[in-house]
Amino acid sequence: MTHVHRRGLLRGFGALGGAAVLSGLLPGWAQSATPGLSTLPILSGEDIALRIGHAQMRVDGRDGHAVAINGTIPGPLLRLKEGQHVRIAVSNTLDEDTSLHWHGLLTPDVMDGVPGLSFPGIKPGETFVYDFPIRQAGTYWYHSHSGVQEMMGVYAPIVIDPAGADPVGYDREHVVVLSDFSRTHPHKLLTRLKQQPGYFNMQKQTFAGLLAGRDQALKERLAWGAMRMDPTDIADVTASAYTYLVNGHGPQDNWTALFQPGERVRLRFVNAAGMTFFNVRIPGLALSVVQADGQNVIPVEVDEFQIAPAETYDVIVTPTEDRAYTLVAESIDRSGMGMATLAPRPGMTAEVPPLRRRPLLTMKDMGMGGMAGMEHAGHDMPGGHSMAMRDPKNAPGVKMGPGVQMIAPMPQDRTGDPGVGLDGIGHRTLSYKALVALDPNPDSRPPSREVEIHLTGNMERFMWSFDGEIFGPNKKPIAFERNERVRVTLVNDSMMPHPIHLHGHFFEVVTGAVGRHPRKHTVVVQPGGKMSFDLTADAPGDWAFHCHMLLHMHAGMFAVVKVRPLDGEAA
Amino acid sequence: MRLATALALCLPLSLSAGLATAQEADPHAGHAGHEAPAAPDPHAGHEGHVMPEPAPEAPPAAADSGPEHAADRVYGQAAMDAARETLFGEHGHARYSMLLLETAEYRPRPGGDGYGWEGQFWYGGDIDRLVLKSQGEGSFHGGLDQAEAQALYSRAIGPYFNLQAGVRQDFARGPDRTYAVVGVEGLAPYWFEVNAHAFVSDKGDVTARLEGSYDLRVTQRLILEPRAELNLAAQDVRELGVGSGLSSGEFGLRLRYAFRPEFAPYVGLLHEARFGRTADFARAAGAGAHDTRVVVGLRAWF
Repeated sequence: MTHVHRRGLLRGFGALGGAAVLSGLLPGWAQSATPGLSTLPILSGEDIALRIGHAQMRVDGRDGHAVAINGTIPGPLLRLKEGQHVRIAVSNTLDEDTSLHWHGLLTPDVMDGVPGLSFPGIKPGETFVYDFPIRQAGTYWYHSHSGVQEMMGVYAPIVIDPAGADPVGYDREHVVVLSDFSRTHPHKLLTRLKQQPGYFNMQKQTFAGLLAGRDQALKERLAWGAMRMDPTDIADVTASAYTYLVNGHGPQDNWTALFQPGERVRLRFVNAAGMTFFNVRIPGLALSVVQADGQNVIPVEVDEFQIAPAETYDVIVTPTEDRAYTLVAESIDRSGMGMATLAPRPGMTAEVPPLRRRPLLTMKDMGMGGMAGMEHAGHDMPGGHSMAMRDPKNAPGVKMGPGVQMIAPMPQDRTGDPGVGLDGIGHRTLSYKALVALDPNPDSRPPSREVEIHLTGNMERFMWSFDGEIFGPNKKPIAFERNERVRVTLVNDSMMPHPIHLHGHFFEVVTGAVGRHPRKHTVVVQPGGKMSFDLTADAPGDWAFHCHMLLHMHAGMFAVVKVRPLDGEAA
Repeated sequence: MRLATALALCLPLSLSAGLATAQEADPHAGHAGHEAPAAPDPHAGHEGHVMPEPAPEAPPAAADSGPEHAADRVYGQAAMDAARETLFGEHGHARYSMLLLETAEYRPRPGGDGYGWEGQFWYGGDIDRLVLKSQGEGSFHGGLDQAEAQALYSRAIGPYFNLQAGVRQDFARGPDRTYAVVGVEGLAPYWFEVNAHAFVSDKGDVTARLEGSYDLRVTQRLILEPRAELNLAAQDVRELGVGSGLSSGEFGLRLRYAFRPEFAPYVGLLHEARFGRTADFARAAGAGAHDTRVVVGLRAWF
């Protein structure tokens, strides 16, 4: 738990001294003790030049190899204006292909930046010019879609100011990019998980724990053992391999954001982590969520929220006291945390809360709904619905095979859940049901048909797929007619939450707030649960659709969404 | 409830307007069943009460119109084909490998210290793999007592089990037999690692081996592993000292400390037993039927 040592380090070092050491590797906006975004150098305008190359990254005083945009991690903040046009020239100084994908931006299909799908990629030594109009406002980000470069540092935020007045009033803003950094190469992380899926989990249930009365009781352990399911399998890669970063700063680096008491401070959270969900809180401050995935929502006040890889949340905090606050980004399995400080002056620190005990998965996470116990497992329900853990009849569209460990027998709509481990935490948490779009949804047509897609996996083999079939030349694209209105239902047949990202579109998460459903580009399907989104397939072309836990994506949880007819073609 | 009121006022208008557009744009009359829904429930929060539930349906024909790959029209098929290969390769088609020494141990004993090992190497994807296995034991003054190597093709046949088939070669004291091997290995309920393999030798002898092990996690790093192996034979194989039926067994109890998951030294007890006619053969050759030893070793993998 390195975080407990950081204060000592800072005393001997000084927060500003630390920032100076780091300044060579961090873009201006991400440097510590910053007064706010608006006064720092950022890239904007119609012509932007970016360069992707190797870099050494220093985190908590230790170096590691990384890949960076313009030499910094995170890369430069792009600050754009709704309605403008942008040309971004991206040069590749690596010895492998690269790319940049504008996550959440509505670009033409051939500017979306997925090599092999939307363009050929950028060869070593070459420069590719992305050229597209900015059709939206909000907080977004960009990252490489080539190999494992994103996990090695090729990610950065985008802030787009609205063409008109911003409905979110604020006096000061900070971008807070959360990420996970490992000194082990991402390919090695994936290899380890293929070799031994529980490799990084240092919080398994133990015999000592049983004797001490911790975790599950014996009867429950036996029941879970009979199913070969591990209730502690919450994060594939944990703090045993990762250091969690806030704006490129490790916990000991203590990134500091300045404020003046009484100000409304807008924090633009981006989760750029490769594999990590974070529980975010700032003890002592209420978080007023005003935007999700770049889309404004009716402000909703919480004390903590869970943010999945690739999601963004904008939050307003109003610190009134002249004191420091600790920003905590705890990993979902609570093996570690990213940390930063909000303070009126540089060099201040606040109390750091200890890591909380890791949660355990429940029967609900296995898709057994609200069932109280195991006694029903394996029995048939009235109406022919089987409660067996892996009954193909419960998912006729899934290709059964070694990669399908379970089929959720009774998946529930879990859009009202705050996320793994945040149930009954004792303070206010966020769920998708709490998000209500500020503006009416643009397309009020009811969906004309439903498409069901299962998120399938096998935790024992570290296999991940859609509908039991990994990506490949024979995987059929998910086809939509241009402008058709479709309901897509995602069923999670695994015990892990998956953040599913559709490129090129926003969709409305079906929460019940009809006409004001929250619009998102990335949506979490909770373990053993299901959720639906309504999509207007208005962007012709081929689009990536994948899990944004990048090792799941690289294991095969990737598909193509194709929208036809293209421009200039008859229907 | 200002929001709800606003919704109630504006939604019916926009819904009917949107639907009209949709019907004009949609040449497929297949979706005509959608009446403009009634004014939405002002107490929004009950999906399904307002919108009709859509039914699962195949995509309209137009969804499959046009070119197979949209970006080819801009960047050319040749450039895109090459990039597509990479895209496929990076999303689920990688090969992995693992070298696992399950036991590599020293077996001290008054009459002469011995050693033993069991390990395997695999290479491949999620479904198909090449597996090389080896196990054996010997003593430092007497050399190898028994040793074997196997080369197997392994195919995942379910979430937890692999079917394996290949060859086994024995090399040590006695006749060096070659066997055909077929069997399964995998993870049984309650987290038991199990193996069951049958062997047919080049002399036609049929034998089988059942193995099982379990990791009892005392703490995160301290793991107690009971491990059992049973050997069976369909007939006597006198040259090898094997009698028909249950011929021999090996029962280990090893306590390891995983400094890292892939580096775990251990101490333990190993009991070797010969049963039935196999025990008789052993006694006739001047050896015992039972033998218990302390073992010290390393479980490691890469």
